[in-house]
Amino acid sequence: MPQASEAVSGDVPARLAMSGVSKSFGGVAALRDVDFTLRAGEIHGLVGENGAGKSTLMKIIAGVHTRYQGRMTLDGHPVHFRSARDALAAGIGMVHQELSVVPDLTVAENVYLGKQPTRGGIVDWRAMFEGAREHLASLGIEVDPRARMGSLTIGLQQLIELARVLFSGARIVILDEPTSALSPPEVQRLFEVLRSVRASGRSIVFISHFLDDVLAISDTVTIFRNGRRIVSEAAAGVDKAWVIERMIGRGHEELEESYTGNIALDSKPRAPVVLAVRGLGAGRAFADVSLDIRAGEVLGVYGFMGCGLIELARALFGKLRPKAGTLAIDGKTVRLSNTAAARRAGIAFVPESRRSMLFYREPVYKNMSIAVLGRIGRLWLQPSAERAIARRHAEALSIRPPTVETLLQSLSGGNQQKVALAKWLTWPPRVLVLSEPTRGMDVGAKDDVVAILRRLRDEGLAVVVLSTEPETVLSLADRIVVMKKGRIVGEFAGEAVSKDRLLEAA
Amino acid sequence: MPAFLRSQMRNIAPFVTLIALIVFFGVSSPSFATLDNGANILTQISVTGVIAVGLTFVILCAEIDLSVAAIANATGIVVAYFTLQENYVNIANVPLPGIAAIVLAVLACAFLGLVNAVGLTVIGIPSFIMTLAMMQIGAGICALLVRGQIAYAVPDFVATMGAGRIGPVPWIVIVLAVFLLAGHVVLTYTRFGRYVYMTGGNREAAEYSGVNVKLVLGAVMVISAVCSGVAGMLGVAHFGSAQQNEFDGYLLDAIAAVVVGGTSLFGGRGGIGNTIIGLLILGVLNNGLDHVEIDSFLKILIRGLILLVALIINVYVQAVRENEQSN
Repeated sequence: MPQASEAVSGDVPARLAMSGVSKSFGGVAALRDVDFTLRAGEIHGLVGENGAGKSTLMKIIAGVHTRYQGRMTLDGHPVHFRSARDALAAGIGMVHQELSVVPDLTVAENVYLGKQPTRGGIVDWRAMFEGAREHLASLGIEVDPRARMGSLTIGLQQLIELARVLFSGARIVILDEPTSALSPPEVQRLFEVLRSVRASGRSIVFISHFLDDVLAISDTVTIFRNGRRIVSEAAAGVDKAWVIERMIGRGHEELEESYTGNIALDSKPRAPVVLAVRGLGAGRAFADVSLDIRAGEVLGVYGFMGCGLIELARALFGKLRPKAGTLAIDGKTVRLSNTAAARRAGIAFVPESRRSMLFYREPVYKNMSIAVLGRIGRLWLQPSAERAIARRHAEALSIRPPTVETLLQSLSGGNQQKVALAKWLTWPPRVLVLSEPTRGMDVGAKDDVVAILRRLRDEGLAVVVLSTEPETVLSLADRIVVMKKGRIVGEFAGEAVSKDRLLEAA
Repeated sequence: MPAFLRSQMRNIAPFVTLIALIVFFGVSSPSFATLDNGANILTQISVTGVIAVGLTFVILCAEIDLSVAAIANATGIVVAYFTLQENYVNIANVPLPGIAAIVLAVLACAFLGLVNAVGLTVIGIPSFIMTLAMMQIGAGICALLVRGQIAYAVPDFVATMGAGRIGPVPWIVIVLAVFLLAGHVVLTYTRFGRYVYMTGGNREAAEYSGVNVKLVLGAVMVISAVCSGVAGMLGVAHFGSAQQNEFDGYLLDAIAAVVVGGTSLFGGRGGIGNTIIGLLILGVLNNGLDHVEIDSFLKILIRGLILLVALIINVYVQAVRENEQSN
């Protein structure tokens, strides 16, 4: 691979250089022999799919991962950080997607967090407010330093956190998905601030799934795939399609199906609508979501992390109370005041984390019966009926071991996921909502889950699969809608779709 | 330690403790291991026991109820307040027929439990804080109704249940047995009981399984308050008087009985069987210390130490379990 970036920035000195960096977690390689160069006064975009290695590399730079192979130099001197504090002292700061501001403190206190100016041992409030105002103004941020942090928009809070990191002496700032929660004008304001930071000679790493944003602000773009750095290139010379092509890779060697080709969607536009979602909204999480969920069809909902998918899934199961909009099952409006109401309305839900779905210290049969206990017996438990039902599921879904008295914690992850599914299937619901149904599963278990969901669909169940992994949606869905920043921005039905087009739409 | 023993540690440790205490006191004092004293112990744990039945539900849900003793006290005073008192009792009370007084008292404790339930589930106040407030409210109700006086009369039915005997057996022990049995049946054999365990074991998972977690939590707070109320009425009859601060020691005893018995403070593990062992440990300890030559002030310290050891075991067992889970 040609070292394109060398030519890009001419002879501007490297602020940070990494060479031959490898890192693995329990035998699984996360980074393989990566070289990475960050120059002074540069905005460096970092892109790649989930698990491509971007975050691992940044965590090494920020001192979070301390054991790795390879060398790192800062301003030409070799460094090896032992902790995040080490990295911070060396001038490397990070702004995470989940902001770490203190909402109940003032803007000034947040800027000065942990090092308030004092006079005679007492906090010097006047100096703090004045200092914070000046510092923020120097970055072009106009805000009252006495305002309570929590009362500001997310966009402003993020700028103030960025200001705090800079104020603590950072010369390298890593921004993780900084635009995922921002409106277009807020993105523009962030970009202005970033340009003024760049003008002062400091360096910025900009990690994002939003390729338009990356290409708009970065000087250099580096693409990661499967733990390798694929290419670094001047952002001015490339377009989105070029980047996506290299993120996904063509004709490559992975074992798993890669969905780079076209997948024909088997949509059923005439099937009856089971669950109609109209204008659903919940604060900042998502707004104006309308969906028709049809019998015998799998609806895939795809979007990036933080796009509102998770919250939408919870709203469909009565866990999150929507602020606007309606839900109707078979044409009848339902109000889901809690999860029990959703269950009674015929909605089943499998959340993305097994931990929030299963009872690890209980036997398998109790895990399977919990959602249908009321149908087995109103008042009294019927343990023999519970066990019989559980044995039937264990056999039908080939759960190993098949003994239903086994404690759930001794099952493998894939088998646990099957139990999480089985708990809803004794009396099939009208609608099955699954959030990230195959996350973290090996290929065999994934195939099993896909087969089970296809069979349920063919039996006429309405299924919704929400995922931030394009492969998951493509492998399961008959129709796909794309969410972006809390809104539905695209739909694919009755046509062929590829991963490129899905990524492009998001 | 073999895996089976380790997994049963929660149940074995309290049982071994109980046997050790009985052997120790039996050897140290000839008056301890007698049939009469056995009946004494059962009678002495009765009031605590009825409170502990309700508290077991609450602790299984990984919540706590600090208002049990205050609600017991208030309910005992309410039932006395609606009963005709002797002339020399200087309370402006409202005499009603016995059955009416009992119904009012039960409604009163159920209402206080409902307030706890609403505070916990609707408003979202942590049970620790909510029931701390209720503890004060209960004390306030007691103070207002008796105004520093002592009432003696309770309805006949309550007097029989609290202080009467059927043959050689005190009614209060039978009431305790009925409550323990009912609690055990509800927790082990009903759908609600399963929900209690599941809510305590993993509240989020229960919610994602379509269990109405708030309803379960609200119900256990009411159950706890009603059990306390019944214990309060029995107690007033048993002690022969209704007055302020009468039940102050019972909060700690009831919590101790549940926890010493091995019910997990983190919820989802334990049950009435554990509570029975816990009650017996506390009963034997309190009674036995009276049978041996010991500084009466030291007694309090010893009880505290035993409780501490039980808590250490309780938390330690949980830690072992979590270790196994993460491996």
